[in-house]
Amino acid sequence: MASGNVLHVLYNDDDVLMKAVKEIRAKKYRITEAYTPFPVHGLDKAMGLPHTRLAICSFIYGLIGLSVATLMMNFIMIEDWPRNIGGKPSFSYLQNMPAFVPIMFELTVFFAAHLMVITFYLRSKIWPFKKAENPDPRTTDDHFLLEVDAAGHDIDSLSKFLYETGASEISLIHNEEHA
Amino acid sequence: MSSHYEAPIREPLILGEKSYHDISVDVGAPILGKANKSWWIVFSIALVAFLWGLGCIVYTVSTGIGVWGLNKTIGWAWDITNFVWWVGIGHAGTLISAVLLLFRQKWRMAINRSAEAMTIFAVVQAGLFPIIHMGRPWLAYWVLPIPNQFGSLWVNFNSPLLWDVFAISTYLSVSLVFWWTGLLPDFAMIRDRTKSPFQQKIYGILSFGWSGRAKDWQRFEEVSLVLAGLATPLVLSVHTIVSFDFATSVVPGWHSTIFPPYFVAGAIFSGFAMVQTLLLVMRKVVSLENYITIVHIEFMNKVILLTGGIVTVAYLTEYFIGWYSGVPYENYTYLSFGAATGPYWWAFWALIICNLIVPLTLWVKKWRRNILWTFIVALVINIGMWFERFDIIVICLSKDRLASSWSMFSPTFVDIGVFVGTIGFFFVLFLLYARTFPVIAQAEVKSILKSSGARYKRIRESGKDLAGTATDKRTSTYAERPASLSVASNAGATHHQSTVNADVLVDTEAKKAEIDMMLARIGTYDPATQTPDDLTKISGVGPVLEQKLHQLGIYTYDQVSKMTKEEYDLLDEIIDAFPGRAERDDWAGQAQKLKN
Repeated sequence: MASGNVLHVLYNDDDVLMKAVKEIRAKKYRITEAYTPFPVHGLDKAMGLPHTRLAICSFIYGLIGLSVATLMMNFIMIEDWPRNIGGKPSFSYLQNMPAFVPIMFELTVFFAAHLMVITFYLRSKIWPFKKAENPDPRTTDDHFLLEVDAAGHDIDSLSKFLYETGASEISLIHNEEHA
Repeated sequence: MSSHYEAPIREPLILGEKSYHDISVDVGAPILGKANKSWWIVFSIALVAFLWGLGCIVYTVSTGIGVWGLNKTIGWAWDITNFVWWVGIGHAGTLISAVLLLFRQKWRMAINRSAEAMTIFAVVQAGLFPIIHMGRPWLAYWVLPIPNQFGSLWVNFNSPLLWDVFAISTYLSVSLVFWWTGLLPDFAMIRDRTKSPFQQKIYGILSFGWSGRAKDWQRFEEVSLVLAGLATPLVLSVHTIVSFDFATSVVPGWHSTIFPPYFVAGAIFSGFAMVQTLLLVMRKVVSLENYITIVHIEFMNKVILLTGGIVTVAYLTEYFIGWYSGVPYENYTYLSFGAATGPYWWAFWALIICNLIVPLTLWVKKWRRNILWTFIVALVINIGMWFERFDIIVICLSKDRLASSWSMFSPTFVDIGVFVGTIGFFFVLFLLYARTFPVIAQAEVKSILKSSGARYKRIRESGKDLAGTATDKRTSTYAERPASLSVASNAGATHHQSTVNADVLVDTEAKKAEIDMMLARIGTYDPATQTPDDLTKISGVGPVLEQKLHQLGIYTYDQVSKMTKEEYDLLDEIIDAFPGRAERDDWAGQAQKLKN
């Protein structure tokens, strides 16, 4: 955000919003952010957002969980204190592995789920005591807000164009810290 | 738009003339309004039961588990029955949120939040029993694989009991983050809607500062999907491992390869029965009948029918194999002088009637869609599934291979008290949840409103475009207009009283004129100089009715106190749920008193 001026453009219908996003981007205006009350399907694609890689993260975390479980079972049950339980001595990991499958599975899920959620919270910057940043309280109710970069554009003609896309309200925001 | 298309043959999942804003209002109402009397009554009963159970737990722990009815032969009975029962109930929540998400079932949206809450609260109850059964609950950490002060001896990872520790704690914690992540946007909605600074602060913290950016939603959906994919095998593993507690033993009747799938099906069966029990009451108490509809109830009944069928087949298989094997121990557990005709015949037949026979009535569509009958069947299944675990645990233990050690189990008042206490604890948690949490995943319901809402289905069928239909006049005048830019406003052609936002309630201009005339008689509310009164203090007015009165521009005691029969009749006409008792309860008189 090189310049300080952005327009906050409110829509009150998701279909109108989707159409507007396509029109705005076709005119080469820059949408810097969108706030919506619920997931509008296809909005990320229409805005040109890249795919999220959280699923890949989760897969890697799952592999870490599986490794932790394997190392833990091998150390505890085979190396550190091998016991003969029910006539089945703990000689090698491979032979005793079937009994450890439940633990290996649970720890895989545990790591994959929790580390992915923590990654999500950190990447999206959400945590307890974090202050909400949606500019209008209606964006969690039934309004959709687009933040359009106004730098280098004539604000009057830009807002006229935005009203034509179906915007219900438009306001000009001066971001002094970026000026 | 075509993206909202849904086959017309599908029944709507959201009834009534709902807009996006209506969903926020309806879901927020129980939190932003006051608790009614019935809530307090039920809460008090639950609290008393919980405290009684707490007393029994303290007595058990301080005296020893000898105060239970266990004996040398029957070392597991009431406690482990309760444990398995509660864990089983905890299955429907994750099933609804995870498995139905993977199958893209839209009907899950209205019920997943409460089902997940039920899961968490039920698993908490389940966890109590093994811990109390240890006798010295302060040593419960011994089940964790931590190097301890007795040398380096570790816990036994070959034991299903230890697998249980890992399975259930993973299940509880993953369910919790799944639930909470889904709650963030809904807490944010409450945070932005409430006018109380205290609630704003609390829900601000709870919502983790959720702002609803497009990127956040993209991640949110990905996380939900991956969590669902992880939770689906997880939910199956939990009850599979619980069944291993029995199946890997050598006790006749327990030593059975059919247990894992049969336990999982039974858990889903009992979990859905509990969801039905809770939701049928909740939809009434917090007026969410338009969201948790008869269609949802029927779908859940179909799941109950399917899983009940699996359970039935499992029972019959067990009886057949018991007989066919010719092994007297197996055979006796189920047939001949065993379960059906032995000293526990009543428990056996309670199970057969409750789990096999009564649910069969749900094959009839009319009964499946009957709310009262559904409620009764759900209660019966809850009872039947408790007896199932009692039968498996107690009957199988009561007559083992050594006739000299045959014994009977009868619970003491402490056994019963602890069980009642967990039911009380469960309802205390659930009732508190129903007052403070958004009980419907409103963001997700909004995302299916245009495809599955009754109103939008109608608009679509009349051939009109859905674009622009979500506009709600109530929110369009909500905030101060920015001064820097002129705003093109599409105000209505005729000007009505500005405090009236009755478009949802009335459709004709004539009615609107009548409302204007009524306000002329009782006075209009001026938001600039007056503050609204709490109309719910008038007996007969709840949060929902208050909101409707607000829509008609009635905000103050002064206005209500001027009402006469003429106004009551008009309200009767306009508001569907108007109790027709305003005259009898003498609202005007009450308001006159409240005014002073």
